[in-house]
Amino acid sequence: MATYSTNEFKGGLKVMLDGDPCSILENEFVKPGKGQAFSRVKLRNLITGRVWDRTFKSGESLEGADVLELDMEYLYSDGDMWHFMRTDGSFEQYAVDKKAIGDVEKWLKEQVVYTVTLWNDNAIAVSPPNFIELEVVETDPGLKGDTAQGGSKPATLSSGAVVRVPLFINEGEVLKVDTRNGEYVSRA
Amino acid sequence: MTTDWRPSASIETLRERARLLARVRAFFAERDVLEVETPMLGHGGSTDPHLASLSLEATTPAGRERLWLQTSPEFHMKRLLAAGSGPVFQLARSFRDGEVGRRHNLEFTMLEWYRPGDTLDELIAETQALIRYVLGRDPGPCRQCRYRELFRTQVGLDPFTASLTTLCQAAERETGMDLHDAERDACLDALMAFAIEPHLGQEGLEVVVDYPASQAALARKHRDPEDGEVVAARFEVYWQGVELANGYDELTDAEEQAARFVEDNRERQRLGRGEVDADVRLLAALEAGMPSGSGVALGMDRLIQLALGKASVAEVMAFATPRC
Repeated sequence: MATYSTNEFKGGLKVMLDGDPCSILENEFVKPGKGQAFSRVKLRNLITGRVWDRTFKSGESLEGADVLELDMEYLYSDGDMWHFMRTDGSFEQYAVDKKAIGDVEKWLKEQVVYTVTLWNDNAIAVSPPNFIELEVVETDPGLKGDTAQGGSKPATLSSGAVVRVPLFINEGEVLKVDTRNGEYVSRA
Repeated sequence: MTTDWRPSASIETLRERARLLARVRAFFAERDVLEVETPMLGHGGSTDPHLASLSLEATTPAGRERLWLQTSPEFHMKRLLAAGSGPVFQLARSFRDGEVGRRHNLEFTMLEWYRPGDTLDELIAETQALIRYVLGRDPGPCRQCRYRELFRTQVGLDPFTASLTTLCQAAERETGMDLHDAERDACLDALMAFAIEPHLGQEGLEVVVDYPASQAALARKHRDPEDGEVVAARFEVYWQGVELANGYDELTDAEEQAARFVEDNRERQRLGRGEVDADVRLLAALEAGMPSGSGVALGMDRLIQLALGKASVAEVMAFATPRC
């Protein structure tokens, strides 16, 4: 794997740090009045999802991480693992474990395309599309209340996620939801 | 459709910028300091090991030549001083490769001026007066602090006498960096950048003086009469945690200047940074005789940024590097 020097650090670059693959989020150039320059770098640990703040001397380098982000369609779960299939025509399947699925479990829907992060050909993370359409499987009966009041109630979606929805939404309706903040967007 | 064709500063900010630049010119006009324009390209570049110069090839009457984009207008302005210009100032576009960030831009506007015959203290006073004049208000009380005192009070160590191990450990503690193979100046720079600078100038202007001799750059060195340490006759001005200006009691000795160029290039080689052509015409000018005096360079974009309360220099530039 190639190594990357601080002046090649930019958002999205995948590097190895303390044995874990990380994605660079931000690289801030810092320099005292005169003298040595430094890079203050924000990285997301792709295994734990945690954000790290690290400082490097300008010119220091990190090893690149063999990380691929691929589009894959969600197929099914066998209880232990979640199975995805590449959409590039290879039909290659990957099994994802609970740790890698994490919170995304509640946004899973068959045939929807997710981004699966592979490190050394193992799935380590899954991210859902920003917006997803899911059916309401459980919510209190629709109220013909004053919608201008903007009241809301919880609704359980087919994937298991619970989101706040307007009072007029009924069971069986399909909703468009923003997976980044878990907020209701509109009826689909 | 992409929107990054748009300026990185608002048109209103650019109007404010023009007004502040006009005040700079008014300040120097009142004081009879001559405005000059010197080349952005030179046959010599800055040999400073920690500056990355950009260069290009140009066709000149001498054929194809490598020319260096200036990292500051210093060398050309000193040649004017040696030619008898008297006090001069310049708002000069300067270039430093790789320097892009909240407080940096690949090309930026340096306000640089020289006062032949003036002491460093006189120039410190004038720098404060300029900042006050440009702002049109008082930035708060001005404090002056020696580099040594700053380290003693802020990080609890003596930058001149502490062992390398002590410096490395303190710098590692403050920054989380691996500095086990770092040298003194790298540790001092790390402490300065992360543990000290952010706290400087929070109540008003803060001037730091008496830098270690190893950080003299183009300043004279002298032995401090109080504690006997050799220090660089340099100052830096901070405001709101931002370094605004860097001034020197200018080195006028051609021989020492030549030695520092050689030393710089040796250090550049050691760091794998490639040599920079030294400015032989500057050396010839010093040989011919440059009057003693002081000079200072002020990051104009930073001053404008702070004056207008913006978060980055990009917000006060028409098109910052990412959009250029």
